[in-house]
Amino acid sequence: MLTIDRATHDAIIAHARRDHPDEACGVVAGPIGSDVPARHIPMLNAAMSPTFYEFDSGDLLRLYREMDDNDEEPVVIYHSHTATEAYPSRTDINLAGEPNAHYVLVSTRDGAHESGPVDFRSYRIVDGEVREEEVRVVDRYSEGTADDGTVDHGTTESQEKAEH
Amino acid sequence: MAIEVRIPTILRTYTDGERVVTGSGSTVTELIDKLEVDHAGIKERLIENGEARRFVNIYVNDEDIRFTGNLGTPVADGDTVVILPAVAGGAV
Repeated sequence: MLTIDRATHDAIIAHARRDHPDEACGVVAGPIGSDVPARHIPMLNAAMSPTFYEFDSGDLLRLYREMDDNDEEPVVIYHSHTATEAYPSRTDINLAGEPNAHYVLVSTRDGAHESGPVDFRSYRIVDGEVREEEVRVVDRYSEGTADDGTVDHGTTESQEKAEH
Repeated sequence: MAIEVRIPTILRTYTDGERVVTGSGSTVTELIDKLEVDHAGIKERLIENGEARRFVNIYVNDEDIRFTGNLGTPVADGDTVVILPAVAGGAV
């Protein structure tokens, strides 16, 4: 299960809408081993394409150095699909290089870039195997949020089509 | 002195979980050949048909080797080499 705070969740959707029709991409870093996506880092899609995304190689190096310096890891790696569903493509699966990350996909198809619900889904991708997982949106993280799945603050919402 | 090589999570299965290993050689090709001796299987993940893989980034002292001579990029003791899988994908 991915537990993510509402501000970050909404910021990812806003980023996807802003870059539509090109794919948007980025990372949410968090302390190593915490499974808490704490620091949102929107990245430039160097491919500037409606069907492909890739972090610029220089940006990638700087990002990983920064995370190393902060004892962080990429808890979430996200990108948008702008004309297809929020499900990993064959390319996404083949290129998934972070076995510990939650791969989040957002779809801005069918006018979702302007208004209405946006699909926000999360997956684990390991050795070519895709497993979808529940997304829990919380107002803020609480102690033990990621470890035991309990959330004692605010509303939770079982993924999919949140209204925005 | 040796060459420090930083290994990404996905390749640590070849390095017994180590994040950093040391190597030697005068070019990236030689360095990878040496790494392969101690960490069998890693070369295949870095090189395809004699070229660096498209979706693996290799940096020597912060420079992407695509801009410095690819696998022929010179390396020397004291250099730092970083390997990072590309973060890429897409709908098609």
